Amino acid sequence: MSQLIALKNGAASTIEDDWLLVKLPQTHVEERKQAGKVVLFKLTGEQTVTPEQITNTTIPASGKVILPLKVFLANQKTLQARIGKGEIGVWLATHEILEDLTNALPDLNTLPIIAIFVERFADGRIFSLGNLLRTRYGYKNTLRSFGDVLRDQLFFQKRSGFDQFVIRADRSANDAITSLNDFSAPYQGAADDSRPAFQRYNRGA
Amino acid sequence: MYKYDKIDQTIINERVDQYRDQIRRYLAKELTDDEFRPLRLQNGLYIQRHAPMLRIAVPYGLLSSTQLRKLGDITKKYDKGYGHFSTRQNLQLNWPKLEDTPDILAELATVEMHAVQTSGNCIRNITTDQFAGVAPDEIIDPRAVAEIMRQWSTFHPEFALLPRKFKIAVSGTRQDRAIVQVHDIGLEFYKDTLGKMAIKVWVGGGLGRTPILGTVIREHLEWQYILTYCEAIIRVYNLHGRRDNAFKARIKILVKALGIDEFRRQVDAEWVHLKDGPNTITEAELARVAKHFEPMPYESLPDTDASFDAAISNNPAFAAWTKRCVHPHKQPGYRAVTLSLKPHGHPPGDITCEQMHVVANLADQYSFGELRSSHEQNLILADVKLSDLYAVWEKARAAGLATPNIGLLTDIICCPGGDFCSLANAKSIPIAEAIQTQFDNLDYLHDIGDIELNISGCMNACGHHHVGHIGILGVDKDGSEWYQVTIGGKQGNDASLGTVIGPSFSANEMPGVVQKLIDVYIQQRTDEERFIDTVRRIGVDPFKTHVYAK
Repeated sequence: MSQLIALKNGAASTIEDDWLLVKLPQTHVEERKQAGKVVLFKLTGEQTVTPEQITNTTIPASGKVILPLKVFLANQKTLQARIGKGEIGVWLATHEILEDLTNALPDLNTLPIIAIFVERFADGRIFSLGNLLRTRYGYKNTLRSFGDVLRDQLFFQKRSGFDQFVIRADRSANDAITSLNDFSAPYQGAADDSRPAFQRYNRGA
Repeated sequence: MYKYDKIDQTIINERVDQYRDQIRRYLAKELTDDEFRPLRLQNGLYIQRHAPMLRIAVPYGLLSSTQLRKLGDITKKYDKGYGHFSTRQNLQLNWPKLEDTPDILAELATVEMHAVQTSGNCIRNITTDQFAGVAPDEIIDPRAVAEIMRQWSTFHPEFALLPRKFKIAVSGTRQDRAIVQVHDIGLEFYKDTLGKMAIKVWVGGGLGRTPILGTVIREHLEWQYILTYCEAIIRVYNLHGRRDNAFKARIKILVKALGIDEFRRQVDAEWVHLKDGPNTITEAELARVAKHFEPMPYESLPDTDASFDAAISNNPAFAAWTKRCVHPHKQPGYRAVTLSLKPHGHPPGDITCEQMHVVANLADQYSFGELRSSHEQNLILADVKLSDLYAVWEKARAAGLATPNIGLLTDIICCPGGDFCSLANAKSIPIAEAIQTQFDNLDYLHDIGDIELNISGCMNACGHHHVGHIGILGVDKDGSEWYQVTIGGKQGNDASLGTVIGPSFSANEMPGVVQKLIDVYIQQRTDEERFIDTVRRIGVDPFKTHVYAK
């Protein structure tokens, strides 16, 4: 059963994933505390990827792969041909700086897919990142979310420009699809439809 | 007031369905407690000491009589027959059953009400002056823009899961009554040199653990841009707010860390891209919404009434009530009336089902079927004819709603505290009741005059203790309840945060401590001085010395 939901022309269905997600090698991370509580969220811009992790990441020699942002940046030159063939996608985590990616590419649309990793449900940075990619940086290809992705985020993610969603492995993607349509006519303009309700409808005078 | 159209009603109905399914999945164990928490909070549902608490939104404090009757009936059917008005103008139910909450929402939806975003890390209910639209010192009625902002913020996809809660207050009067300076965003409406509606924008205010007054980020914002400008502010916050530490996650910490100039630079850099985008408010949309807030169909009346004047001279109790509970009005011959939810010895802000029906009837008969809730936790009939005041008083008094203590020491702002709230360090209601009992003499209260006493049961500061002339904060010391006292806080244009007078006190010391503070004031005041003025003139030390004298 696929965990990947794809939106196409407004219709959602689960599809098989033809991309390989390349992960960073595991590394030991010290547990940190703030005000007596374990820190659950990384700060925006926090450097979390070590040089060893970057060099130790194996990039499969062929096929469609989604690379971690830092690995992509470190190998961008040697990947030129594969980027040209549309085999290279990039993923970043919600605490990473989106402009590190947008500044590195003259045309973001050479990437067929960008994926955003959300480590925790409650991390709403993913919505701003999606919105910026679609509205500021003109990204037109597949925008995917993965990580702690559960059905109650989907409507917001869709409105923030995402069109693919990898539902967390222990939950049903088929059940989750329903929530993409929790609301039929939202109030505000967003990445999926820039017009607020007062522009979309004649609400009378 | 604003009436839903098909779009508003559809969203609220769909919300009921969505929430009902979330509850179903939680009860079926398809959602863990951790996963359910942000979902229930965004619907104002807390798990409390004794039962869940459900916070129902009262957008900018405006209610119709139909809505109030429904709220009353809900407290009867699903709760213990009473509700609690909060310091953010909302209504809280203390004893609903979790499994009943979808039905409560469905009932609310029939009267155009909901509990959307009344808690959680999202944009909360937008609050304002309880006298909006009728206050003589009003320059702009901010409610139309507040309603446009309510719609914009409802299920805003980008700001659904912010680092922390986000509170916006709007005000359009010369004297600020919405405490805009202690909100994440405060919007002060005024007319610019061209006579056009403009907004002064404050950012980064807030009470809680680290109380900070807001800073002006923009002196002049044209009203069309209010949504896009707020989007720019909140986007910077969403991306850069401190998610690593819940105590440092409010926007005020980000603004302080960056400095207002750098924060403004980042906001402006975002705003450039958003400024003239589709969320720019159109003249047509403002006009559509503003139609719902047009002045009531007032009669042309003189600003005096013989029967009223006679009642004042013949009835000292009525005269005392008008002095405290009746407020000036834009329209000659009309007055605004505050119905006190602070009878001595009762939890401040609480109201029974029966009282709600009385207030709804009063609103229908005397005030165009509408009423407001205030952040001071009272109810207001905003449009009462001078000649009707006596009848309103008699009926309100019979229902226990006419304690003539508005703006006096016993008009205490108070959170539910340790009796209900699981966040609280200490009880707050018994402290309020003990102080009300200590000062249960109306002549004495009137002599003490204007004073604000605010109590919070923990540093989250729902009782706004930092801006109380006297502020009381419940603290936990080695598992027992203590109370820290501040003086010199104030809301309004010249807002200030109170100063702690010294070590904290036990609960039973508190009425005596307040008495001593009042004694110093009585002794030191000049003729025209209110408590706060005396504190500002002579400083904290004389109070401190007397309170802690052996």
